[in-house]
Amino acid sequence: MIDKKTIEHIAKLARLHVTEQEAIEYSEQLSKALSYFDQINKVDTNGVEPLVTPTEIESFWREDEAKEEFTAEEMTANAPAKAGNLFKVPPVV
Amino acid sequence: MDLTLASFSEIAEAVQSKKVSAKEIATHFHARIEKLNPKLNAFTFINGNAVHDAEALDKRIAQGENIGPLAGVPFGIKEMLCTKGLPTTAGSKILQNFVPPYDSTVVARLKKSGVVVMGKLNQDEFAMGSSNETSFFGSVKNPWNTDCVPGGSSGGSAAAQAARMVAGTIGTDTGGSIRQPANFCGLVGVKPTYGRVSRYGIIAYASSLDQAGPMVSSVKDAALTMEAICGFDEHDVTTTQRKVPAWSKNLSANVKGMRIGLMKEYMKGSINSDVQATVDKAIDTLKKMGAEFVEVSVPMTEFAVPVYYLVAASEASSNLARYDGVKYGYRAEMGNLSAVDLEDFYGKTRGEGFGKEVKRRIMLGTYCLSSGYYDAYYNKAGQVRRMLMNQYLEAFKSCDVVLSPVTTSPAFKIGERVYDPLTMYLNDIYTTSTNLAGLPGMSVPFGMSQEGLPIGVQLTATHFEEQHMLNVAYALEGASDVKGAKPHVF
Repeated sequence: MIDKKTIEHIAKLARLHVTEQEAIEYSEQLSKALSYFDQINKVDTNGVEPLVTPTEIESFWREDEAKEEFTAEEMTANAPAKAGNLFKVPPVV
Repeated sequence: MDLTLASFSEIAEAVQSKKVSAKEIATHFHARIEKLNPKLNAFTFINGNAVHDAEALDKRIAQGENIGPLAGVPFGIKEMLCTKGLPTTAGSKILQNFVPPYDSTVVARLKKSGVVVMGKLNQDEFAMGSSNETSFFGSVKNPWNTDCVPGGSSGGSAAAQAARMVAGTIGTDTGGSIRQPANFCGLVGVKPTYGRVSRYGIIAYASSLDQAGPMVSSVKDAALTMEAICGFDEHDVTTTQRKVPAWSKNLSANVKGMRIGLMKEYMKGSINSDVQATVDKAIDTLKKMGAEFVEVSVPMTEFAVPVYYLVAASEASSNLARYDGVKYGYRAEMGNLSAVDLEDFYGKTRGEGFGKEVKRRIMLGTYCLSSGYYDAYYNKAGQVRRMLMNQYLEAFKSCDVVLSPVTTSPAFKIGERVYDPLTMYLNDIYTTSTNLAGLPGMSVPFGMSQEGLPIGVQLTATHFEEQHMLNVAYALEGASDVKGAKPHVF
């Protein structure tokens, strides 16, 4: 059971403001979804290595050289707020 | 040549030999987009420079340049793929003003082959949905019946292609988002093997499942598109270094002796009678052509939907952490920035910027990855995933292709399933296991419901053996009585 307190904890971890109404809704929906998902516990997976990438990753070499693919102007062009080529953010310390 | 219905080869040949200019083709399709989009809401952004881009191709041809196998072919691109200078929003408010400074590898390769990008196509927000009802830009309508959904998440691609607002489209498929809308709109939709197509510049949903592919009107056009977009890319380490096969040249409708698997688990359950009839007819047709049918079993598919949602939501919660209101995208109104708490800044921006379904999946994924639950959910899902893949690989020892339905029913009504997330998730019952196992899969139209909605069949092959399924699809396409049927909005 995912109660409102758990929802608030998860929302904090996810850096996601949820409204009172959303918290109630998510608590019901997540409980329902997770109890449905719990059926995978029926499978005996003892000793099975979890699969992450389904096809083999083939390593390759490349030259270690600096490339300028983008300018600072291009990289900051979409910023909601900036000062010159710097992103403007709230105080972080 | 009827420009609206022309194949890729016909267009490219006509443009390269100067019989028809790329400009004329782009102008023709631009007019169709202007005329039909108000009825379907398939396009989110129309490329105002498309005709100009086409003219530039004409100039290069006039100078004797050989443009490429897709010379002058007009394409629509799903909002998931970065297009330099054209908005790329993933169907979300949080990216509503984002204009990328670069092309995704898929788009760059299409352009290199001569494609003209006509605009961007609507989709479920961050590709999370199977009905195109979660888009910030509103629902897309199915051209066969505008009361119905086009499917999702690549719903804009499906609707635009079915109504021939373009000659070709690109979608992305994480759990069925190419095959299911292709099925609902009467198209050929292919999800290549994981690792065939570079994910560089494609907005990430679930990185171990995401793969882009064509949603087009014929098997040959699909093969030509795949040849253009597949292949190693140093910007994506999961791309394979294998050579891209000449799929289009090797297409063969000769299925004599081919072994086609019918998966026990997919041939039971509550399937709509028109879907069942379409699958039965496909089996019968292929039998008459000399294909052999064998029964195969992949018992772990029973758990594909829960494993899929656990893996996808977990990876999404991590991938979507980057939307923080700093580098790009939406930022909540803050007033005096120096008085704002950083956590509130993130929380408010993300709370306002993401839609309901996306937040639901971020919450689910964060929960599954959180301390104390990681082993029970993400790890456990990964273990079942490996068992599922191994069973599939075993099944492919006794068959070349697996044939199944794509969905349990044809397109459903707008609004019909949107209120119950779990019912919506079950739309993906036949499609998610392909992504979990990294296999290539496709949908090819072969029937019509009594209400006049298209129905396709799903073909799946083992890793990197796309040719097998393309050939079976090619054989079915040649024998189909629904080929050439036009939707209501056209």
